[in-house]
Amino acid sequence: MDLTLIPDGGLAWLDASGPLAHVVLSSRIRLARNLEGIRFAVRARDADRRRVLDLVDAAWQRSAAARGGARFLLDDLGPDDRQLLHERHLVSKELAAAGGERGGSSGAAVYLAGSLGLMVNEEDHLRLQTLHSGFGLTQAYGALERLDSELGVALPVAFHPEFGYLTACPTNAGTGLRASVLIHLPGLVLTKEISKVLQGLSQVGLTFRGLYGEGSEVVGNFFQLSNQTTLGKSEEELLDHLGKIVRQVVAYEEQARQVLLRDAPTIIEDKVWRAYGLLRHARSLSFDEAMNLLSGVRLGVGLKLIAGLSVYTLNKLLIFTQPAHLAALEVRSANDPELRATRAAYVRRLLDAEAAPPA
Amino acid sequence: MLCEHCRERDAVVHLTQIVDNAVTTTHLCEPCAAAKGVETGAGVAKFPLGDFLATLGKSGPAEQAEAGSDIPCRFCGATLRDFRQSGRLGCARCYASFDAHLRDLLRRLHGSSQHVGEMYRLSSAAAPAESETQRRLGDLREQLRRAVDAENFELAAELRDRIRVLE
Repeated sequence: MDLTLIPDGGLAWLDASGPLAHVVLSSRIRLARNLEGIRFAVRARDADRRRVLDLVDAAWQRSAAARGGARFLLDDLGPDDRQLLHERHLVSKELAAAGGERGGSSGAAVYLAGSLGLMVNEEDHLRLQTLHSGFGLTQAYGALERLDSELGVALPVAFHPEFGYLTACPTNAGTGLRASVLIHLPGLVLTKEISKVLQGLSQVGLTFRGLYGEGSEVVGNFFQLSNQTTLGKSEEELLDHLGKIVRQVVAYEEQARQVLLRDAPTIIEDKVWRAYGLLRHARSLSFDEAMNLLSGVRLGVGLKLIAGLSVYTLNKLLIFTQPAHLAALEVRSANDPELRATRAAYVRRLLDAEAAPPA
Repeated sequence: MLCEHCRERDAVVHLTQIVDNAVTTTHLCEPCAAAKGVETGAGVAKFPLGDFLATLGKSGPAEQAEAGSDIPCRFCGATLRDFRQSGRLGCARCYASFDAHLRDLLRRLHGSSQHVGEMYRLSSAAAPAESETQRRLGDLREQLRRAVDAENFELAAELRDRIRVLE
């Protein structure tokens, strides 16, 4: 796959230009839509999936919001390329897995234009999504709404006056909107306050997941917070509610960091600098170890203990140390055991190039 | 590693505490951790929709649900039984085919079954003209939602009864 074909590489959000970017890495919104008169994924036949793809293709070509975009058919890509799109948060795990199954007739596709993405033939016929830097839910929704309304005019979208937009899973019905922020909470984890915060979330209608969304583990103290319900509240209400809670969680996190600095300054400084030292000098790094050390360094940058290291570089390390990205860098397979050495070398190179010498 | 408290089960909770710059780590098994009031996060684990759906069949409108669970959706052929197993509907028409069950489920999942968000302006060709009753039902459901939000349960109960009559 020619990665240069991906508009912006799908990585514009890495620039850390958004609000609160040192704690909130990205804001994402997705809308689930389905087409009237075509079976959903669990009952779809090859012809159904083809029809969805044909209809969506025509609508996408006519959309002004999608101008300059590109299309990738998952069936045409090898496993490493599909994984790379997933690591870049451009396609879901399910869509990445669908391509290549069923003898190349999954109809799974992703359309990309700037910060906008559109997955086709995932669990729902269409999944529109957008990814923005930092804490910017309103901005993200504005961009997505335009694409949504253009596609809504061009396509026979399934809509019910009472239940709203109809989705394969009733947990998504209504607005079909799932908004999430990727947030880094090392302070709350270290002060052991995190379980209280996470339990509190479920009481206010929110939920949390790991780095890669549904079913993924929490690594490197990165959490995705998102709305649990999608029906009975308007898009604005859902975004507003999530936004309010995220602001609170960020405030708790800042508080926890101050408590750590006050009560255990030596331990925290040691932890941060050890993480930094290991990343600067290690010769072999597993993905989980790299994530955990990057979390420590990110905390150090947030606390201004480490100077001269940008959040942009930390974001880049987060994406490019993933298996398929390293594999693409060195023309290897994503399962190659030598990848740990490649990862350590890549991290050293980026940190050496940018970092100021330790004080 | 054995639990430091009971010395019987494997330790799965590793509690690190920092007091005045001194770190202590305690290794506990799940029951002992719970007994000591350590939150493990296991309690927040989300239960899959499948389990939730399975328990649905055991309460309230369940008798009808069991009786009709093999009647297929006329468009895609999916049955309620299929839905309970996979947690996924077969097509958009399933929402009409299993109307009553889904309304009940949506209310449990979301606290409401009435969409109040965006709708496409020009795609409404498929939406049937609303009858007076449906319009009033919509209004009442919206009022009910607001009453529940405001925790005005007396009003909510009254509105619910009025909605039942119309339905």
